[in-house]
Amino acid sequence: MSITLDPVREDGPGQRLRWALADCWTIVRRELTHLVRQPTIIAWQLGFPIVSVLLFVYVFGSAMDVGGTTDYKDFAMPGMFTMTMAFGFMNTAMAVAVDKDRGVIDRFRSMPMAPSAVVTGRGVSDVLHAALDLAVLAGIALVIGWRPGGGIAATLAAFALLLVLRFALIWVGVWIGLRVKNQESAGNLFALAFPFGMISSVFTPPSMMPDWLGAIAMWNPVSSTAGAVRELFGQPMATSGGSWIETHPLLMAVVWPVVVTAVFLPLAVRTYGSLSR
Amino acid sequence: MHHDRPTDHAVLAEGLHKRYGKGPSAKPALSGFDLAVPAGSVYGLLGPNGAGKTTAVRILATLLTADGGRARVGGHDVATQPRLVRRQIGFTGQYAAVDEILSGRQNLEMFGRLFHLGPATARARARELLEQFRLTDAADRVVSGYSGGMRRRLDLAASLVLAPKVLFLDEPTTGLDPRARNEVWDAVRELAAAGTTVLLTTQYLEEADRLADRIAVISAPDGEGGRTIADDTPEALKNRIGGDQVEVVAAGPEHLAAVEKVVARVGRAAPRTEAETLRVSAPVADRVEALTEVARQLRDEAVDVVDLAVRRPTLDEVFLRLTGSPAENTTRSEGADGAGTTSQEVTAA
Repeated sequence: MSITLDPVREDGPGQRLRWALADCWTIVRRELTHLVRQPTIIAWQLGFPIVSVLLFVYVFGSAMDVGGTTDYKDFAMPGMFTMTMAFGFMNTAMAVAVDKDRGVIDRFRSMPMAPSAVVTGRGVSDVLHAALDLAVLAGIALVIGWRPGGGIAATLAAFALLLVLRFALIWVGVWIGLRVKNQESAGNLFALAFPFGMISSVFTPPSMMPDWLGAIAMWNPVSSTAGAVRELFGQPMATSGGSWIETHPLLMAVVWPVVVTAVFLPLAVRTYGSLSR
Repeated sequence: MHHDRPTDHAVLAEGLHKRYGKGPSAKPALSGFDLAVPAGSVYGLLGPNGAGKTTAVRILATLLTADGGRARVGGHDVATQPRLVRRQIGFTGQYAAVDEILSGRQNLEMFGRLFHLGPATARARARELLEQFRLTDAADRVVSGYSGGMRRRLDLAASLVLAPKVLFLDEPTTGLDPRARNEVWDAVRELAAAGTTVLLTTQYLEEADRLADRIAVISAPDGEGGRTIADDTPEALKNRIGGDQVEVVAAGPEHLAAVEKVVARVGRAAPRTEAETLRVSAPVADRVEALTEVARQLRDEAVDVVDLAVRRPTLDEVFLRLTGSPAENTTRSEGADGAGTTSQEVTAA
């Protein structure tokens, strides 16, 4: 059997779009196959938030007073969902770094596939992966007694905002993954991700931190998403002074991801393009 | 350059320039790289480490943009028509670029889909390639469990999904043990026999000598990028360094000095000694005369030797003469199968 494509003409724009979608789907299927083949990966990735929440709720929980009448469990669960989304960019960075390291990205680039599919496929599959993560975490949260109190529409909106944060951070992950030297350096990202996830309202209200740290935490995009989902779950955080950033979490949970995407999507695309320089 | 009809050549590069970085600190990688690969040939690109072999192949495979010069692959310009070039090439880089978590079959089916084959065709083609590369038994195993040789074969198969006109192989056997290396060589020979044009870079002279119809030697003088300094058949390259060599292997280190003396007297030029292998060689004018003379003198002086021969120069000697530096790494790193390090047949001076 001899298979060759007709090499003499370029595809038209419509044909190219069709291939871009088809290639994206092929890459998504590849990533989903990874998940099916390595279910333990999900377990490992979710290990950290699950252990954190058990620690915070059961070990520190009794000593935690987050203000108001809020049960600490209701405070920590939305925080854990948000933190998992925030740390997700490391998975993206790692997967991109591995593909780059192993030459898989070079192979894709030497093929007549749509170049955009490498990135769009990654985006779609990471969001699907994140949705699966959230489903598992929500199940665990329900088991230990957490209940969303804002109605079905609000609950769905909360999960949508969580995925929006994860989506925005995909571009940070792609950018970092393309820039790091190798997959080991990508593994070291945890040192960066940990303060990014923790210096926020995820487990403690910023108003209880030293002023300067609290300010950083309030303006951390992670805090805005955490604040927004708490509101949508009907478990808003008691804010102290009522600073603007803390009183507009819903708005900022949309604005921050848009800003992050606006900055890092072009950066990621540019870095991908500069692989040929 | 000197070609009227570029379509006769599967690969044609003219005066390629490439620098990495910007400004005064920019490092030149290529400074005038020329190459003309006739369709259907196996071409070896040989050069010391850092001469720009990989840069050249990456430009030709549309992975890098050249700063100057032109290149056509399969009749299309790599800079302005990369998509058309990509439909005609296969590329295998220095590392087996396959998905470790998928099975061999899933890898090939995925690449088939990305080459825009329909699902049924992609499946059929994967089956065919698995058979061709003797991976059928391992087809549904995860690639992370494959040996180094199997991975390379799968990598090669992935480059061949579309039966490319031109196959680029960047150091295809680096890091493989001898058995795996032979498997890759066999695969390349089969492809060449079926008419695929193959351009391979290698740091192993033996590999170029065994596989390539023609060899381009690329060299980067100090502070400059690589350029093509020779382009010929292996035989013609060997002829350049001037004919036959007498070669004597001493029976022990204690005989080496005496052997050297004898060879120096008979040879036309200063002998070359490899202390490790106890091998002394020098170019000679007349084969029979030289052999007889060396044998007589060794007998008269009671020097003990294990081998005595007149032979053609090796590509290694050509390489040394052309580039002024020996071929690089003369030992292979350990293969994935755990086979030990083996010494290359060609040994640098």
